[in-house]
Amino acid sequence: MWQAAHQRGKRMSLVGAAVKRKEDPNLLVGRGRFVDDIKLPGALFMTFVRSTEAHARILSIDTNEATAMPGVVAIYTIDDFADLPTIPGLPPEVAPLHRPVLAKGTVRFVGDPVAVVVAEDRYQAADAAEAVLVDYDPLPVLPSIDTSLAAMADPEGTRIYPDLQTNALPIFPEEPPAPELLNAPMRLAQTFINNRCSAVPIEPLAVIADWAPSGLTVHATFQAPHHLRNQLTLFFGIPQHECRVIAPDVGGGFGSKICFYPEFFLAPAISRKLGRPVKAAQTRTEAMLHMHHGRAQRNDVEVGFDATGKVHALRVHTYQDVGSYPDPTGMGLGVLTSWMSCGVYAIPVAQTALTNVITNTTPVAAYRGAGRPEASFLIERTMDMIADELGLDPAAVRYTNFIQADQFPYPAATNPEAVFYDSGNYPAALDELKRMMGYDALLAEQTARNADPSQPLMGIGLSCWLEIAGFGPNGSLEGFGHLGSWESAQIRIQPDGTAIVSAGTSPHGQGNATAFAQIAGDAMGIDFDAIHVRFGDTETQQQGIGTMGSRAIAVCGDAIKKASVQIRERAVQIAAHMLEAAPEDIEVSADGFAVRGTPAVTKSWADVATAAFQPLQLPEGMGAGTLDATVFNEVPNFSFPSGAYGCIVGIDRVTGDVNIERYVVVDDCGTVINPLLAEGQVHGGVAQGISQALYEHFTYDENGQPQTSTLVDYLVPAASDLPSYESGRIVTPTPVNSLGAKGIGESGAVGAPPAVVNAVVDALSGFGVRHMDMPCTPEKVWHAMGQPTGSN
Amino acid sequence: MTEVNISVNGAHTSAEVAPRTLLVHYLREELGLTGTHVGCDTSNCGACTVHLDGQAVKSCTVLAVQADGFAVTTIEGLQPAEGMDYHPVQQGFHECHGLQCGYCTPGMVMACVALLDENPHPTEVEIRTSLEGNLCRCTGYQMIVDSVLWAAEHAPAK
Repeated sequence: MWQAAHQRGKRMSLVGAAVKRKEDPNLLVGRGRFVDDIKLPGALFMTFVRSTEAHARILSIDTNEATAMPGVVAIYTIDDFADLPTIPGLPPEVAPLHRPVLAKGTVRFVGDPVAVVVAEDRYQAADAAEAVLVDYDPLPVLPSIDTSLAAMADPEGTRIYPDLQTNALPIFPEEPPAPELLNAPMRLAQTFINNRCSAVPIEPLAVIADWAPSGLTVHATFQAPHHLRNQLTLFFGIPQHECRVIAPDVGGGFGSKICFYPEFFLAPAISRKLGRPVKAAQTRTEAMLHMHHGRAQRNDVEVGFDATGKVHALRVHTYQDVGSYPDPTGMGLGVLTSWMSCGVYAIPVAQTALTNVITNTTPVAAYRGAGRPEASFLIERTMDMIADELGLDPAAVRYTNFIQADQFPYPAATNPEAVFYDSGNYPAALDELKRMMGYDALLAEQTARNADPSQPLMGIGLSCWLEIAGFGPNGSLEGFGHLGSWESAQIRIQPDGTAIVSAGTSPHGQGNATAFAQIAGDAMGIDFDAIHVRFGDTETQQQGIGTMGSRAIAVCGDAIKKASVQIRERAVQIAAHMLEAAPEDIEVSADGFAVRGTPAVTKSWADVATAAFQPLQLPEGMGAGTLDATVFNEVPNFSFPSGAYGCIVGIDRVTGDVNIERYVVVDDCGTVINPLLAEGQVHGGVAQGISQALYEHFTYDENGQPQTSTLVDYLVPAASDLPSYESGRIVTPTPVNSLGAKGIGESGAVGAPPAVVNAVVDALSGFGVRHMDMPCTPEKVWHAMGQPTGSN
Repeated sequence: MTEVNISVNGAHTSAEVAPRTLLVHYLREELGLTGTHVGCDTSNCGACTVHLDGQAVKSCTVLAVQADGFAVTTIEGLQPAEGMDYHPVQQGFHECHGLQCGYCTPGMVMACVALLDENPHPTEVEIRTSLEGNLCRCTGYQMIVDSVLWAAEHAPAK
């Protein structure tokens, strides 16, 4: 479409157009390059011997039989890595929590790596790992927040880190209830459990390390290769120029690939020991046990309100299960939940407490939304409970409490110093949602249907969600162990007039090569096809931060725009010099540069770009290579994407099976760069949110044994489990960056779960159901309906 | 070790393999055809889907020795349709944004090709049902469904 427009000489804006992806051609024909596709000569394969106990002392590790097996090159335990520091990320104040690269004396969750087997291929490594005999002395297991806190009540109770003397790390202390809460005409209290999920990128974790005399090269499936490079060099005490980290094609991440795992540090260490490249590639079962999980929160909520539904005060104590080895991101999840607990509502008084709780489970860290889905769930469920208590329409209660469009920037009551909502129009989003849903007609349909026993029970759920994105202002990512919160971009024009855009972010499915080329193409005036975007390699982009927190467009895209503007200004100066005109009279298009009023006299981008490398053609003061711009973009604030989602469910009155009949979304991510990509991000996020609400739950038994460690037990939905999505949009551009874009990668996962659960609870309200914790499985729903018998 | 002779994408291949070697590892490690991916160890995800004598199979669940004498088609073996850059299913995925990270895509495409071979004009429900064995974590599936519908509409008549 846009190509045709170019040919007609009428340039359309690339930003906002549904341009098809630059990324597709390789991926479609099987020529993507994922880490496990890379075969280095002489490479060995490493695999872990993993703990079968959730909490135990290691008495002995017998490697004799395994060492003699075919193809085995070496077997290592922590004693072989006494010279290595602990895995980086946590501050020195919590030194007892720093994770060794292999279990040291004690295992703390099922899957905890105890030893490493290195062999010629993955079959031999797996065989030998089975033959390593580990003798354990079991310790009491604390597989949940409740058991871990209960142990704390007993002075002799189990401490997962005896040196720390506690299982609970208070982050924000609990305050006495505020008078506004105590004096509110009505009060409600509810505990919400946000179910533990696994990110399940279809590509499990993989890494190849090659430590040559000239330095270390690491290929890793990772969302932030510069972050890994920075930390690897500190870990090994080597200079940055001797360490190159490449994130090639990355098969999904969803937050699970911004965490540091032992193999990222052990593969290089072993490559250095053995003088050969070393690859590690997880099986899915290993990934389920070992890649950090998400959510796993308990939120104790109290709310005070009046008869109109107006909320006077909110009080939340969040307990975050951080698992066995707390991750820096995991330790911060509850901070984001606490900040965002008031959602889109003007709640005058908010009190938030946070306690991180150590348990004998897989560590918990970022998973799409990372702390914000928990906040939207607790506040959106609370709004429905208020409506239910008062017999009001849930939409009406929301309208009563909305922050209004003229109130921005809006300081959140949870933390008015740090959290300023940038822009939004929450009533307009709900208006649009109700229009798309046909809300009033649905209410009538529901009354009729629920009175007819031959029809599935009908429920309608709303979610007016908000998230914090575009990470972020200076200081925000440093707290998670990153070098900075900025993002970098470099643009270099080649002598033929083509552009190379180097981005500091590192995508894994978002389509950033396409979106960034759209931004750069518009801002420079260069044809989309003449722009090449690259990322994911610390050798070619020396500095960057990474792709997480819905920041790629909002922070890196903005950097690209700023660099593009610099390039264009310089190109115009060169063209003006060549055309003997004033710069302000130069018009730029994909066809090149022309003098206003005399369109026949032109210079192409190639002419100007060639001149940029030939000083004799340049105006005074400009040197060769001037069409080269680098920007480190700092943003003044987060962005706050929002939206209104509506879900209509039909529940089988006999089996309790929940069927999503319609799912309607209204998103506000500010300026949309590419509606195709934006819609794809929303679909994927909504799918994960629906799935958290209905299907997914990573569970442990009382001994800390995982019950959902394969895709047979852990339900990742297929096409037949999910609905089509009806997409709508409103646009309130953010003032935080020059694009007006807020970020959209996590929105769906933040907004979807409460809409689904609100619909399920609404459908079941006739049975006296006021709340249901996720996932709303047929079994739970069947029990909630009083265990009906019969047939359909 | 056992000798296998397998036609892969129209070319004869032969190797001595351990009897336990999975077909997917034969394709990836022995032949270097890395377009076929591995996403699980329980035959749930379908990232490894290839065609064995025209039938879609999960190549993580087939031993290389079981494929002896068969013809295998992988993602690398799909041919562009006349007037298109790709096979109609691949073209549909490009037109309709049916892929994001691309890791499930080769298996998903091979499953969709097999579906359209059997049922050239499936309904949305038929598409969703027949793709039950292929997991995608990025797209939420709607655009994959759209991609298959596009391919069904635009495929040259046979």
